[in-house]
Amino acid sequence: MSKFMTWVDERFPATKVWEEHVSKYYAPKNLNFWYFFGSLAMVVMVLQILTGIFLTMHYKPDSSLAFASVEYIMRDVPGGWFIRYLHSVGASMLFIVVYLHMFRGLLYGSHRSPRELIWLLGMLLYVTLMAEAFFGYLLPWGNMSYWGAQVIISLFGAVPGIGPGLSEWIRGDFVVSDATLNRFFAFHVILVPLLLSLLVYLHIVALHKVGGNNPDGIDIKKDKDASGKPLDGIAFHPYYTVKDNLGVAVMMTALLAVVFFVPELGGWFLEKDNFAPADILQTPPDIVPLWYLTPYYSILRAVTFEWLPGGAKLWGVLAMGAAIVVLFFLPWLDRSPVRSIRYRGWMYKTALTLFVITFVMLGYLGTRNPSHVDLGLLKNVTWSQIGLVVYFAFFLLMPIYTRMDRTKPEPDRVTGQ
Amino acid sequence: MRKCIVSVLMLLMPFVVSASGGAGNLDKVYIDVSDQPSLQRGARTFVNYCLSCHNASFMRYERMATDLGISEALLREEMMFASDKPGDLMVTAMPAAGAKAWFGVVPPDLSLTARSRGADWIYTYLRSFYTDESTTTGWNNALFSNVAMPHVLYQWQGARSATFEGGGVADVSSVRYQSVVPGTMTGREYDAAIRDLTNFMVYLAEPAKLVRYEIGFWVMLFMGVFIFLAYLLKKEYWRDVH
Repeated sequence: MSKFMTWVDERFPATKVWEEHVSKYYAPKNLNFWYFFGSLAMVVMVLQILTGIFLTMHYKPDSSLAFASVEYIMRDVPGGWFIRYLHSVGASMLFIVVYLHMFRGLLYGSHRSPRELIWLLGMLLYVTLMAEAFFGYLLPWGNMSYWGAQVIISLFGAVPGIGPGLSEWIRGDFVVSDATLNRFFAFHVILVPLLLSLLVYLHIVALHKVGGNNPDGIDIKKDKDASGKPLDGIAFHPYYTVKDNLGVAVMMTALLAVVFFVPELGGWFLEKDNFAPADILQTPPDIVPLWYLTPYYSILRAVTFEWLPGGAKLWGVLAMGAAIVVLFFLPWLDRSPVRSIRYRGWMYKTALTLFVITFVMLGYLGTRNPSHVDLGLLKNVTWSQIGLVVYFAFFLLMPIYTRMDRTKPEPDRVTGQ
Repeated sequence: MRKCIVSVLMLLMPFVVSASGGAGNLDKVYIDVSDQPSLQRGARTFVNYCLSCHNASFMRYERMATDLGISEALLREEMMFASDKPGDLMVTAMPAAGAKAWFGVVPPDLSLTARSRGADWIYTYLRSFYTDESTTTGWNNALFSNVAMPHVLYQWQGARSATFEGGGVADVSSVRYQSVVPGTMTGREYDAAIRDLTNFMVYLAEPAKLVRYEIGFWVMLFMGVFIFLAYLLKKEYWRDVH
């Protein structure tokens, strides 16, 4: 074996890469529950690619065949229903895991210097993932797929001047049609997955360059032993491989429980309206994207002020875009002297709590009719407007409150879990 | 034991909050796709009545027969009216163009209605027909106002007239029915027949439902063991860290 590896290593740095990134990559020993989600995201992404390959073998990207081909997979392909549910539930699971992964960053300051590039690459991954989900959602060619795509693409029509031409260019037609379905299929199965794979690679390369953060938000590389190994670090393999293995087992159990017992999850993962084929003459009563995009959809619909120059739609689209763009600036908006929430003061803790509540509320409101009253007292649209203000205040006031906040001294070495 | 756990899981399902909310005024129907006699009775009603005009074009006769324990002889003799090949899709003999001319609309495909509308909707809809002189068919529906479909099962249920409380719009929550012509079934028998039909349509919308709970049970058992072993492995390796 060692002779073989020597032969390989003389021609390809296999052992070197293995040691650098796995067996001698030292991760902080105090990583807690919140640090499972990075590896879980990668596992679910692999699951999506594998199930996607099998779906592609039977799916027909043709507006007259697409809907029936999905039902063909669900009924006539042996085990097809299992593969399809894994893929549809996996999509939601990937977003759950990614949202928790991002929240971990907010908790422990993982986006702070020197990890800004990891955050930026992660944000690019997040935006690319949203595109992937959006393209994929059209493919079953259900009525919600169709109208969802219609609404989202028409948003590009709000761009002054070139708007209408732009949305026509995206669709390849005057309405969402076969041409749209074909190109979305191409984007979903090859273009965006390639981009995602590249970005995941870069995300991890950047992470391994600076080393991971930890719940104390302190640098473990400043205390090393004689051999240069961080005192508070442990080898990624076997310690974190066996730990992540446990995380994967728990997550897969949750995912499989949904797949086998509640694949629609009450309409959250598979919408009722999408079991009816796309119909250009029948608009669903409420057009809503799937839950992972609804916070931004709420922000879009919260801007109802027609007196704004250019109209409410343009400003709604801008607000929605800004809500995503502002996330990219997080490493520079945060001015706290400490990284981890453990050593921050009450201001950041309050702000983060408010932000999480707001994000969940916006997500919920995005699935509701704006003129209804679902949260008591005020109309849904008014709650969305309040949510919009809190959402942006969290980011735009961050340079002020993180600097004013009274922080606690950080420890020299990592504390327990 | 296995059945017990599966039924507990199924009982918990309604507690998963619904994203789409849904109309609150629908009658609730008890669905049990493991009740094979009920599915068979529902299938008989479906092929005899529904399939005369509607398609179930994602479903094959053979698959239905296999899943529901119907012999091929019985299938060919009593359930296949529009086709002679068991591998065929369940498509109506009525031409779509003719349907459009006769009803003003092509009757929708019923393969997935239980998933797009829900079981409670089907159950309520099929029990909400009443006579109405103002429509072309002479029938109307309290749940689906001015629907093009006539009351196909009226011989079973009989004809009923309807009054709406407060003289308001037709609505299932405020309707009162009066029997005009009695049917061949009592109200309770008719409800049971519609329940069987709804049960069948739930199966029809997702044939995998027959197997996925049971497979799911074994998968959960396997995952439980896997989690336990993964936990022990992690604990063993991490002994020297703490």
